[in-house]
Amino acid sequence: MNAEKKQYLEEMARDIRAQVITMIGEAGKGHVGGSLSIADVIAVLYFHQMRIDPNNPKMEGRDRLILSKGHAGPAVYAALAVKGYFPMEWLKTLNKPGTNLPSHCDMTKTPGIDMTAGSLGQGISCAVGVAKAAAIARGDEYIYAIVGDGESQEGSVWEASMSAAQFKLDNLIAFLDNNGMQIDGTVDEVVSLRSPAAKWEAFGFKVFRVDGHDVEAISDAIDMAKAQKDGRPAMIVLDTIKGKGVKFIEEEGTANHSMSLNDEQISRALDELYGRAK
Amino acid sequence: MERELAKVLCESIADVMIKNEKVVLVGADLIKTNGLKPIIEAFPERVVNVGVAEQNMAGIAAGMASYGMIPVINTFAAFASRRICDQVAISICYAGQNVKIIGTDPGITAELNGGTHMTFEDIGVLRSIPNITIVEAADSIELAQMIPAIIQHEGPVYLRMYRKATPFVHNEDYRFKLGKADLLRPGQDVTILCSGIMVSEAVEAGKQLEADGIDAEIINIHTIKPLDEETICASADKTGAIVTCENHNILGGFRSAVAEAITACKPVRIYPVGVNDIKGEVGVLDYLRTRFGLNAKSIVSAAKRAVAEK
Repeated sequence: MNAEKKQYLEEMARDIRAQVITMIGEAGKGHVGGSLSIADVIAVLYFHQMRIDPNNPKMEGRDRLILSKGHAGPAVYAALAVKGYFPMEWLKTLNKPGTNLPSHCDMTKTPGIDMTAGSLGQGISCAVGVAKAAAIARGDEYIYAIVGDGESQEGSVWEASMSAAQFKLDNLIAFLDNNGMQIDGTVDEVVSLRSPAAKWEAFGFKVFRVDGHDVEAISDAIDMAKAQKDGRPAMIVLDTIKGKGVKFIEEEGTANHSMSLNDEQISRALDELYGRAK
Repeated sequence: MERELAKVLCESIADVMIKNEKVVLVGADLIKTNGLKPIIEAFPERVVNVGVAEQNMAGIAAGMASYGMIPVINTFAAFASRRICDQVAISICYAGQNVKIIGTDPGITAELNGGTHMTFEDIGVLRSIPNITIVEAADSIELAQMIPAIIQHEGPVYLRMYRKATPFVHNEDYRFKLGKADLLRPGQDVTILCSGIMVSEAVEAGKQLEADGIDAEIINIHTIKPLDEETICASADKTGAIVTCENHNILGGFRSAVAEAITACKPVRIYPVGVNDIKGEVGVLDYLRTRFGLNAKSIVSAAKRAVAEK
């Protein structure tokens, strides 16, 4: 990846974070931490890797993203708005009556959302289904899925993973948002995943582990996953920080899963993201 | 005259898969049990077996539907309803996915698998989910027409069905119409509403009632959701009393659905024949019909009370 591209993707990740802060601030409260932790992979996917057309959201043969951790919808909405799937003004309607942007992703409402998700553990099964359908249809698209680490306490995540390997779905590239936190505490405190990379390897995936806030490393891992057409689905473990990009949000720890933001906090967060001195 | 429903299911699925290349079969280690082994042989690339993982089966089906396919998932009714309830609610119905769910061995037809496999709550669980259509086949003639009809219908459908030999209640002139109840016997004194394995018993009950001077109207409600309220209300208006017959708990299922409908149009007394909110148990069908009162005798008794208490 050249320096120019890298800088562009970092700017897109920053803009996604800024929009997440602004839209959740406007809504009053929302899933801040888990939206910020995936901003970099979302930037890499929507602004570099995915074959998509904002003017034709249901384009045949498009790459698809299933956000299995559906509560991080705001991060995807920010990317979709910047891409032009819908007007930027929509972002101000997050969770408001009649909105097309609900807290958790809803494919029947939002242009560009490929699967409804929110009941954890289901999206990854749906992604396996899409990937299987694409394999039957001999399509050449890639199916991406983002799973949470807390979400991976759901048994169905492992049912889905076993079947993806069984069906030899090397068109499936999954990510684990390994931010180490969930609502009731750290993942290790609640029910530890122990070694997620080793687990997915044992389940038949080719596994990559990268800094989830390094756009170049994320993109390189995707390229490597695509290059190895060996029948194995890919799991890219993203080591992330919940609330990444804004110090006071990061410092909230597990409390940043769902938090409210006042005007002063929004302004402080945006200043920090854009490097503006106070 | 009777015919095995599993055979008809297999023939009908094969037929729709020949005619419509979007149809795929998704199972969870009961594909062969459900008599669908010939589909695996005929369409190896269009059959997905997820193993013993029903929730994953439902999610995979939703994903395949989002790609434009028409997945037919199949397992026992117990797993097709309570086991995958959340996947049906969110990934299939809330997401508006065109998935067909076939649950075999509903209620007492689980027979020797016993009470753990006996769904007396599948209709109740699923019918409160928006966007789902629920059907139940009474015989092979109905099932053969029901399969292409539910494939043609855009949206999620749950079909509950017995697998074994079932006596004919229809003749070859029968024409199935999704959402439209079948009048099997016109009558004036009492309305008997039934579906699935209760239909042949209701027909038998109608004969016994006729011998005793009671003119029963018998209606086959193959589509439990959406209910054919027009037909039910018109019949309630005519006869003034209803007997509901269901291979299901009388709480939350068919009787409840009928009650909800007629309280809004023609409130009449309902005499339920069904499982009286008790647990299932192991046994053969004849034993279980008697044990839970799911037979012509119970229907005759309920109908006589209905007429006497009008």
